[in-house]
Amino acid sequence: VSTNAPPQTGAAVTAPPRGGPRITERARAERRLGWMLCAPAIVVMVAVTAYPILYAIYLSLLRADLRFPGQRQWIGLDNYITVLSSSLWWTDLWHTLLITAISVSIELVLGMLLALVMHRAIFGRGLVRTSSLIPYGIVTVVAAFAWRLAWSGAEGGFVPKVLGFSTDPLTDPFWQYVVVILTEVWKTTPFMALLLLAGLALVPDELNEAAKVDGATAWQRFWRITVPLMRPAILVALLFRTLDAFRIFDSVYIISNNGVNRDIETVSVLGYQTLLNRLNLGLGSAVSVLVFLCVMALAFLFIRLLGTRQPGAAS
Amino acid sequence: MGRRGSWPAAALVVAVALLAGCGGGGGSGTVTLNWWAYNEPSGSFREAADRCTAQSHGRYKIAFNPLGNNADEQRQSLVRRLAAKDASIDLMSMDVIWTAEFAEAGWVKPWPESLARQVRQGTLSGPVETATYQGRLYAAPANSNTQLLWYRKDLVKQPPKTWDELIDTAAKLPKAGRIEIQGAAYEGTTVWFNSLVESAGGTILDGPDRVALQQGPTLKATGIMSKLAHSKAADPSLSTQKEDQNRLAFEQGDAAFQINYPFIYPSAKEGNPAVYKQIGWAPYPSVTAGGPNKAPIGGFNWGVGGYTAHPAEAFAAAMCLRDEENQRGFALKGGLPPTLQSIYDDPKFQAQYPFAKVIRQQLDAPGVRPKTPLYADVSLAIYTTVSPASGIDQGSVYGTLRGRVQDALDSKGLL
Repeated sequence: VSTNAPPQTGAAVTAPPRGGPRITERARAERRLGWMLCAPAIVVMVAVTAYPILYAIYLSLLRADLRFPGQRQWIGLDNYITVLSSSLWWTDLWHTLLITAISVSIELVLGMLLALVMHRAIFGRGLVRTSSLIPYGIVTVVAAFAWRLAWSGAEGGFVPKVLGFSTDPLTDPFWQYVVVILTEVWKTTPFMALLLLAGLALVPDELNEAAKVDGATAWQRFWRITVPLMRPAILVALLFRTLDAFRIFDSVYIISNNGVNRDIETVSVLGYQTLLNRLNLGLGSAVSVLVFLCVMALAFLFIRLLGTRQPGAAS
Repeated sequence: MGRRGSWPAAALVVAVALLAGCGGGGGSGTVTLNWWAYNEPSGSFREAADRCTAQSHGRYKIAFNPLGNNADEQRQSLVRRLAAKDASIDLMSMDVIWTAEFAEAGWVKPWPESLARQVRQGTLSGPVETATYQGRLYAAPANSNTQLLWYRKDLVKQPPKTWDELIDTAAKLPKAGRIEIQGAAYEGTTVWFNSLVESAGGTILDGPDRVALQQGPTLKATGIMSKLAHSKAADPSLSTQKEDQNRLAFEQGDAAFQINYPFIYPSAKEGNPAVYKQIGWAPYPSVTAGGPNKAPIGGFNWGVGGYTAHPAEAFAAAMCLRDEENQRGFALKGGLPPTLQSIYDDPKFQAQYPFAKVIRQQLDAPGVRPKTPLYADVSLAIYTTVSPASGIDQGSVYGTLRGRVQDALDSKGLL
């Protein structure tokens, strides 16, 4: 059916043969040139990424408040103890994990469906791909505003009227979560779909055809052939989205009416409040570093759980 | 390949342009003063800058740098620069609640005593107090603001005088009896709480670093907030409402009462002329019959940046930017109440600005919010405790509030 459908990117691009133990002069020169070409980018990366991260770690070990520059003082891990012994950190962490888990799960399912549609689309493929990407192209703040204005009873949104709410859904924590998760899903499913689409392209059609000849149903082919072969792509998509979702800020901040909303506050919002509103650089940096560590831990877990066996990589 | 040569040339052009820009001022003796201010929607701040530039006859030129729309954004933009000792902030519009913080950090210059005397002369006492920290004047009050009780004349014959009367009257109205008031977890809720505590005879702080929060007034205040939130007159969106959502609901005819700033009046004229014709106003409610109503006070004071290279010109420009003519502009164009006694005394102004008399009275003895360098933390501690008002537990709120405000003053823990 689809022999002429997808460009076989995976099969066509084969890795350049590994240079053996013997490295030619030419290869060495090329390698040096490569480093020199990369050097400016590395310098910029160090300046704009590594420096702020290291500075944040340094600040997190100080009592540092922008308002009292004279009272800076080394306090070791006190800020971390303060944050980790605060119930606010743990409830906000729970909110963050809740939003992350639910929204990424929904995105994975919807993204897979969308990817399959894009993969199999016979006509209008370009149109389908482009139109599905529109939400991803919209600035998150704008998207969050659109969802808030649609759902807000106080701001005359249409959704409460259509669904017949007697109260304002955005005053109810349950509905706040629904709206935040909807915003996230709506916005980032296309990204998930694109990553999965790249994975789908790696699945050789011959395998599917062979399985079909052997009498496998579409459902069996999907679970026994497509999914295992796509495993690396799924891992990458899940990893990217989870790390991204864990740092959720914009939509929660906007749907909380740019204010504090303790029912749905996430760790990033907490860090923002502590850093930019309270100007407490030490405590705020400790929150930021902890968010960073959480993200690292998540990435590590993902790679350990999903990344050990990579049947797709063998092909 | 052939275009390679154009890059160094382009870079040179940019560098020269940047250097020229940094020179500033120029040789003519005119000093450029950067004024960072709220981008007042009617443009009256911008016009004042142009007017003062013209009136200085070449002594200085005021460059207007607009700041964000809400007070938090404005503060963030300024603080980021000031903490880095940015000399390009010559003048700024300061929300009344920043005085202590900016003064303590050295981000704003205190006014020389001779000029301070001129500023105090003829200025209402409420606004002067908001610009004063530990006996020194740190900014010149340019406009003030206060909340009134707005009501629908077609629904309410006699405006209520106390909070209890207000809630009871509204709850008894057959329909559209809602009270629009700010209830979201943000500064607006602290404003409300502060006025209630002060009207009940208490204060939040006793000096910049001590919690006051006397038990009687505190529980009176939280009791009123809780009563309103649980009454039939509460807006179902109370826990997410800020000033503008209140304005909108009232304008759409969903409410009989509104506690808000005067900007809602010109807005209703545009938004819903039918409602506009029915708008009446009364003083901010008091806690007890015949007792004081410590109405909220807001507004902007002009401060001179702590690291400016041109303090003399900046003080002169600040004086000009708050003169009578400019304050009239702020009031008539932007609806912002003046701080000068003389303007309120002018019969012509009273005719143009119909609520002048009530506002003038409220600004003499308003409920000034706590003066502490840690104001942002104190306010956060308060509004996260008493919002949503429907969740207030009268049994525990007093202890919780005291503990959290104390933590805020000690910079202790997450809030």
